[in-house]
Amino acid sequence: MENILVAKNVSKTYGNYTALSNISLNIPKNCIYGLLGPNGAGKTSFIRIINQITHQDSGEILFDGEPLAQHHIAHIGYLPEERGLYKSMKVGEQALYLAQLKGLSKSEAKEKLKYWFDRLNIGDWWNKKIQELSKGMAQKIQFIVTVLHDPKLLIFDEPFSGFDPINANIIKDEILQLKEKGTSIIFSTHRMESVEELCEYIALIHKSEKILDGKLSDIKKAYKNNIFNVGLQTQENAEKLIQELNEKYHILSSGFDNVEKQLDFKVQLPSSHTAEILSELSKMANVNRFEETIPSANDIFIQTVNNKDNDR
Amino acid sequence: MIGKLGLIIRREYLAKVRNRTFIVMTILSPLLIVGMIILIAYLTKINDNEKRVISILNESAFFQQEFKPTEHISYIHLDGLSLDEAKDSISALGYYGLLHLPYGEDGEQVAESAHLYTKDNPSTQITQHLEGIFQRKLRQERLKKLGVSQDQFSLVEQPFDLQLATFDGEKSVKGINEIKAFIGGGFGYAIMMFIIIYGGFVMRSVIEEKTSRIIEVIISSVKPFQLMLGKIIGTSLAGITQFTIWLISASILLFLAVVLLGIDLGAMAGNTNMPPGAMNEMSQLATMDSEMMIYTKEILDIPWGLLIVSFFIYFILGYLIYSSIYAAIGAAVDNETDTQQFIFPIILPLMLAIYVGFFSVFSNPHGPIAVGFSLFPLTSPIVMLMRLPGGIGEGGVPLWQLLASIALLVVTFLGIVSLAAKIYRVGILMYGKKPTYKELIKWLRY
Repeated sequence: MENILVAKNVSKTYGNYTALSNISLNIPKNCIYGLLGPNGAGKTSFIRIINQITHQDSGEILFDGEPLAQHHIAHIGYLPEERGLYKSMKVGEQALYLAQLKGLSKSEAKEKLKYWFDRLNIGDWWNKKIQELSKGMAQKIQFIVTVLHDPKLLIFDEPFSGFDPINANIIKDEILQLKEKGTSIIFSTHRMESVEELCEYIALIHKSEKILDGKLSDIKKAYKNNIFNVGLQTQENAEKLIQELNEKYHILSSGFDNVEKQLDFKVQLPSSHTAEILSELSKMANVNRFEETIPSANDIFIQTVNNKDNDR
Repeated sequence: MIGKLGLIIRREYLAKVRNRTFIVMTILSPLLIVGMIILIAYLTKINDNEKRVISILNESAFFQQEFKPTEHISYIHLDGLSLDEAKDSISALGYYGLLHLPYGEDGEQVAESAHLYTKDNPSTQITQHLEGIFQRKLRQERLKKLGVSQDQFSLVEQPFDLQLATFDGEKSVKGINEIKAFIGGGFGYAIMMFIIIYGGFVMRSVIEEKTSRIIEVIISSVKPFQLMLGKIIGTSLAGITQFTIWLISASILLFLAVVLLGIDLGAMAGNTNMPPGAMNEMSQLATMDSEMMIYTKEILDIPWGLLIVSFFIYFILGYLIYSSIYAAIGAAVDNETDTQQFIFPIILPLMLAIYVGFFSVFSNPHGPIAVGFSLFPLTSPIVMLMRLPGGIGEGGVPLWQLLASIALLVVTFLGIVSLAAKIYRVGILMYGKKPTYKELIKWLRY
């Protein structure tokens, strides 16, 4: 698959502080790429390098196959985490100004702004000043300004902060729409709920280093550890049954559901012979549930970060 | 590139010009200044018109004719009253004072025992005037005793003014150095005011972009240096607009004030600025005229072309240097209260330039201090302009000094702007850090 952005061994230091050390990433076209990591891991430093706000000390970055250069700015849209607008400037005027700075002509910008203002139902804000708008309203303007020039690559740094759940959902849908239209998206966050919903690929950055990257589904597969959730239908012999099971398998936890008359337990199985075990179990009782636990992005995040810290 | 810079300049200009305080200041300032001038002129006039009445109780045979009324003082002779009666009468009549000349054998004795009685301390103007009269009369008396006649005395009393000329034989007049430096100083002062006012605007505008958090959005589209430059240029264009409006409207208002209210600005200026030597003898109108002509000629002789061209060079370079420092300061801090520690060191050289200018350049435009400060880049825009009305070459600023001063200024400009741009670039993305000088030096290496 073609990559919109390739980073090779990118490093950046500020004085004695290392912000990025030897980061290499391949960000495929037309997908949503999650850039994850705790606060202060180096995500923003990396994003600023892509936006050419700062420059890497060493390493190389390719944008759409070419070495990253000033003219690529017109093809990148960036919604920074620290964002705001001129408070005393009118909405329309301000949006026009920012669009023109991205290289749109005035008439193009006007046309596109009209489209987006109508789309998000904010057409009547044009002559308002930012200081008259609520924070969430200003965020919508900012989102529009970011995507207005139809960039090939969109970078969202914590895009949902500052939105109420309803507007966050509207923005999420817009992001998915943009992806459908072929835009590549980098999505930087430390909040994992949204990652599961949106990202196909992720990279995990921790203490200036990349500690994990790849397709989210592959990573999840790799992080599976053959723990199964099982539910067995039983009548009254639950205690006997659990004793029996404990002798045969490595039971991690168990409990009895009185309403459903079901014995639930978590079991660590050997990496093969899953099917045989299932048939063994079904001889003992009715199997209501037999599913492998898939780690959430959050679990993976915490586990890898902790492992990394323990290694040191 | 140019397109983006143009956009930034346009936005900064409009943001400034549309700002309510800016508009109010633009309209109000000329009114205030002209109002103040009118007020001062009016007060001066009132002061002039006040006539003081001094009553004279002369019990002697001397000083009968000496006290002649002048523009400011008139005399009333009280005869046949006792001293106490006279004292009572002047306070009752509201006279300024009572001059008592008791009986005496001769002028010397009378003068010795003469007293001036007033309610409060008398003004020095009055005492000096009266003392002058006594002195003149006594001198005349003493000389008469030595055999000098009245006519001879008048001849001796002719005042004298030293005739001045430069080495190449041109006639020169007193105070011309001061006047020239004053004109140059006016330009220098304008530069200083412009730097302080509009440099501050640049700084506040940078802080605003930081606190409103728009800065990162903008510099993902343009280079920080472009933004800084656009901001400085836009703000200075707004400043030039404001200055021009001030100049035009103040001139119109002043003209109207002079025509409608009949205020004599010349008299006002004359009262304060006339060299002391020229004041006392009105009988010498002829010499005055020729002196005036020399003044006019000298002022016309000032190399205005050179002065104006240099003004623009020094103005642009000086303003760019200082306003980029202001921009860097704005970038380094989170709010305006943190700027104090950095502002003082940049105002210092400006103040120094003005003080050095007024104290040293006025009296000695080409002395070592004047030369030093007109070469030093942070003060040269002001000090050099004070020296330049003397022209270039012999009797004026040596050409090499002018060139060296501009060259130094250009080098400093390049150096400071690139340092300021570095601090700016790092500073605009730094939040929550209270910057120290040490920190700023670290930023230079990022």
